[in-house]
Amino acid sequence: MAAQEAPAGTGRLAALGAWIDARFPMTKMWNEHAAQYYAPKNFNFWYFFGFLALFVLALQIVTGIFLTMSYKPSATEAFGSVEYIMRDVEWGWLLRYLHSTGASAFFVVVYLHMFRALLYGSHRKPRELLWIFGVLIYLALMAEAFFGYLLPWGNMSYWGAQVIVSLFGSFPVIGEGLVEWIRGDYFISDITLNRFFALHVVALPLVLIFLVVAHLLALHEVGSNNPDGIEIKKTKGADGHPVDGIPFHPYYTVKDLFGLGVFLVLFAAVVFFAPEMGGLFLEAPNFEPANPLLTPAHIAPVWYFTPFYAMLRAVPAFAGTQVWGVLVMFAAILVLFFVPWLDRSPVRSIRYRGPIYKVTLMVFAANFIMLGYCGLMPPAEPYKTLSVIGTIYYFIFFLAMPWFTRIEKTRPEPVRVTK
Amino acid sequence: MSETIDKGRRQLLTAATALTGAVGVAFAAVPFLSSWKPSARAKALGAPVEIDISKLEPGAMLKIEWRGKPVLIVRRTPEMLERIGNHDDRLADPDSESSKQPDYARNPARAVKPEFLVLLGVCTHLGCLPQNFFAPGAAPTVGLDADWPGGFFCACHGSKFDLSGRVFRGVPAPTNLEVPPYTFADSGHIVIGQDQGSVA
Repeated sequence: MAAQEAPAGTGRLAALGAWIDARFPMTKMWNEHAAQYYAPKNFNFWYFFGFLALFVLALQIVTGIFLTMSYKPSATEAFGSVEYIMRDVEWGWLLRYLHSTGASAFFVVVYLHMFRALLYGSHRKPRELLWIFGVLIYLALMAEAFFGYLLPWGNMSYWGAQVIVSLFGSFPVIGEGLVEWIRGDYFISDITLNRFFALHVVALPLVLIFLVVAHLLALHEVGSNNPDGIEIKKTKGADGHPVDGIPFHPYYTVKDLFGLGVFLVLFAAVVFFAPEMGGLFLEAPNFEPANPLLTPAHIAPVWYFTPFYAMLRAVPAFAGTQVWGVLVMFAAILVLFFVPWLDRSPVRSIRYRGPIYKVTLMVFAANFIMLGYCGLMPPAEPYKTLSVIGTIYYFIFFLAMPWFTRIEKTRPEPVRVTK
Repeated sequence: MSETIDKGRRQLLTAATALTGAVGVAFAAVPFLSSWKPSARAKALGAPVEIDISKLEPGAMLKIEWRGKPVLIVRRTPEMLERIGNHDDRLADPDSESSKQPDYARNPARAVKPEFLVLLGVCTHLGCLPQNFFAPGAAPTVGLDADWPGGFFCACHGSKFDLSGRVFRGVPAPTNLEVPPYTFADSGHIVIGQDQGSVA
């Protein structure tokens, strides 16, 4: 095939390409990851979100770099420097709103991306490592968002960090020393802010980029799953390529760019018309500076953490410690790593599974949203009871998965992809 | 040199090199990890503070800052002290057995002098600042019932403490509010962060 050679054409540009290819695998990489990466032809709506996550990552890095140029990571100056960015820096408000809205958008697309995997069995063999890299990205993203939330040094930044860092204090014996070590002080202070800044702008972005590269390499090694959950590599044409596969470029670059256009319309609508999202993306107490002597009346983390926050609160303290809620919360994330092995269904895609998985997965999604809502609410009834029920269902869904996916009657998978 | 490869020797040398390297990495990590501990300056700023309590009215509360944490000083009236005695059965840790306080404050009043209550205003659940609701009786806006004997209420997650900072049963906070180390410099001054009986 012609595509395996250097870019077609003659003349100086082609010569330059050949010159580079002799020294760096430019064409080879382009072919491997785009022009000759064969992806199933039946991708649907759910397959936009991986690309969108990549786009938002790039957006966060670019806007973040520019925010760093005007932001001051010190307890006395941080809040003021954010206001300075908002009022005095040319287009500073846009940079900041793109970054703050981008954080929420990142979680929106990542949650949808993860849900897609559960719909079509994208976590199943041989994509276990791909899934694990994904969960690690999710973890790194949560850490990145948490560290970033302290930086504006608003009162909710301060008390949110206080609550989350205190979680580590509930571990017996080592807890107190651990918390002191994380803060570098006896309270959340300038020292804590400065180190969270370093982690947010240097350490975790590097980790994220490394993990995203690993995620993509793993994906391109095993090939993409698809809504039918079958391996397109099993049916190859005379040219050696899967008959149900199409080159990622130009077919999916064009599709993803279209998706990006739709996404950007919605994203811009939020950035320009509702950057605070009614207190959901930027919380009201964060418009006043951090005050260690004044707790906001109601502390709730940003929406993307609230399902786990609800689980934390659902577990009562007993045996003189409240470490149990913390352990449950960590377990809720840890259990995700095991999903590829918990799912024992003979088929991958929800299309060929029976009603049990369809119903339990839909209830799981609704339950996750309900937990998120409970986590935003004050710790009163009915949210307390709903949080307990939600937490129990969350774990039952995963822990009973080996059983209910195995006993369920499934329909036979097709040999070729359907529409 | 012999032509045959001594694989056992090679394996031993590889393992020894890897082990030595690992020990080196562990030692090299110490400065990095230690740099996260409170610095000398942070430690110096965490020194004790002296507070004038001579002008604190009976029944009033003073909120000061020590090590960035709110410290609550309440001058309890005899009537308030009476109200801490009748509800031990509703408390999770009435005798402060699993709670944190200096030994000299481990009594029902949780104080050196019962009149003065000194507490860290940090909820033992997740570190919020409990609000004072000293008046007994119902406060429906925050969900306090008619049998409320007066005390502290944490608005974050609904934990309740009595007028000695002792936690009620069935709330998220596991233990009583912490009592910081403190001592009386003289009748009108209290030193937060320094233990009772130690030399000033």
